[in-house]
Amino acid sequence: MRRKSVSYSRFGYMFSLPFILAFLVFSFYPVLYTAVIGFTDMKGVIPKPVHMLDNPFGNFTDLIMHNTSFRISLTNTALIWILNFIPQIGLALLLTAWFTNQRLKVRGQGAFKVLLYMPNIITASTIAVLFNSLFSYPMGPVNSLFESLGWIDAPVNFLQDKTTARGIVAFIQFWMWYGNTMIILIAGVMGINPALFEAAAIDGANGWQTFVRITLPSLKTIMLYTLITSMIGGLQLFDIPQLFLFGGPDDATLTTSVFIYGQAFKGSYMFNKAAAASMIMFAIAAVLSGLLFYLMRDRDAARLKKAQKRIDKAARAAARGL
Amino acid sequence: MENVRAESKASLHVNRTIVYIVCIALALLSILPFWIMFVNATRSTAEIQSGLSLLPSTHMKTNLDVLLSKSFDPLKGFLNSLIISGFSTLCAVYFSSLTAYALVAYNWKLRQAFFTFILLVMMIPAQASAIGFYKFMYQLHWTNSLLPLILPAIAAPAIVFFMRQYLLSMLSIEMVEAARIDGAGELYTFNRIVLPIMVPAIATQAIFAFVASWNNLFMPLILLTQKEKYTLPIMVSLLKGDIYKTEFGSIYMGLALTALPLFVIYFLLSRYIIAGVALGGVKE
Repeated sequence: MRRKSVSYSRFGYMFSLPFILAFLVFSFYPVLYTAVIGFTDMKGVIPKPVHMLDNPFGNFTDLIMHNTSFRISLTNTALIWILNFIPQIGLALLLTAWFTNQRLKVRGQGAFKVLLYMPNIITASTIAVLFNSLFSYPMGPVNSLFESLGWIDAPVNFLQDKTTARGIVAFIQFWMWYGNTMIILIAGVMGINPALFEAAAIDGANGWQTFVRITLPSLKTIMLYTLITSMIGGLQLFDIPQLFLFGGPDDATLTTSVFIYGQAFKGSYMFNKAAAASMIMFAIAAVLSGLLFYLMRDRDAARLKKAQKRIDKAARAAARGL
Repeated sequence: MENVRAESKASLHVNRTIVYIVCIALALLSILPFWIMFVNATRSTAEIQSGLSLLPSTHMKTNLDVLLSKSFDPLKGFLNSLIISGFSTLCAVYFSSLTAYALVAYNWKLRQAFFTFILLVMMIPAQASAIGFYKFMYQLHWTNSLLPLILPAIAAPAIVFFMRQYLLSMLSIEMVEAARIDGAGELYTFNRIVLPIMVPAIATQAIFAFVASWNNLFMPLILLTQKEKYTLPIMVSLLKGDIYKTEFGSIYMGLALTALPLFVIYFLLSRYIIAGVALGGVKE
């Protein structure tokens, strides 16, 4: 048995090789390269000799201390994420409570899930341009609708107002993602030991008590997972603000990713500034990932150990069988 | 007692009514923007300007003609997107399965370290490496090539993670041993015995990998500058430019055309997609 595990171990390395190579070439090296560019004066479309800056952290300090656009982009990213996440998790929890309530027995759950998840699968670029057209001024579907409902007297130029524009971007994010969060939470509830719910029912708990005392505590890990993956996703928000209003009006929907894209591939092609901004973003994502990693770590180690035991046991049984 | 029960029944009835009203309202909110998109794709610009309608009109052909008369070639974009998404999905699911198999079936020294590493790099945002990636591809003369949009899919940490969980519960090592006794090579065993076991997991992950690649805007936007290489999401950005400024009908037509394939896929596979989303979240 010992001999066997030794003689096959090289396949472990061989079969991991394509992954490792692709990772090194297409992820690891580009990240390092980006980091290096962040310390140089690389800019412009035409390749020129590139120099390290005399003050190596020049680009970083410039961005953080003096670049208002960059600071606005960080604030916007955070703001848009919060505006989308709070209603998203709230509505997802409410729908989860309803759909898993044994007394309500909501019918047509399958159809509701399919429809509420639908916006998530459609290309974000298409949705961004679609919403831009829906909110158009002076004649657009939303203006017509609001006028016929009597909510407004005259057409409103939604896309010129900074708060409204930001709100619409946050709404699109919310609208695209709450169905996804809801399905994950419902799956989490399905995974809770039914005996807990039975015990609560025997003790005479009502729906609200059951939800707050049993469902919510059991969902803690899944909600943390959703929170952190949503933060990392929110940090990268690009398609919607880029195609909705190109970060406008007046930088109101400029997110960090739109800022990076604009720095590197528009106007003066400031690759160094964009790279430095990327690294700042990378650092934030790394901290968030670290947090997620820490949360998921213990369970996985335990499961791996268990699986290892099972494999060993199977191997022993197989060896005996021979 | 009778009274209490009747009362709680009445309140249950009210609650249920509220639940259905909210759910139907949300479902309408999901449908309405797309409904307007498809309806407006059939209406003339003048009709669109004159107000909202939920019924299709008769100008589909005109809108399509105007759309195609200017630099918008949805068929080309569709093909480019299809090639990129198809091949990157193949790379992602095959090599992720292989890596997961290496992690589960073999006992090698760096196995645990490698798995920890995969968990660590799972969340690296594309933007973190984008500038270096672009410059690197530029030096290789690979901008405007489809390869840099396909090959990175070989290293897909999240899919490896998912496949590993699946293999841990599904792979019986006896089967692999039996194949070895029959003299099968390790790669042959993987391709012929392990991959078929993994088909359900591969199908789920393939759908999501495909859709993610299909919808990706950032990487194609920085790498592709030639019009004939554009993917559908980049083409969508053309609709917002000056060329279609007042041709609202054509803009909606363009949007409808880019969204249509996804609607077809979604309604054919929605059952599996919803199940896949649920499964993805319960990886604890």
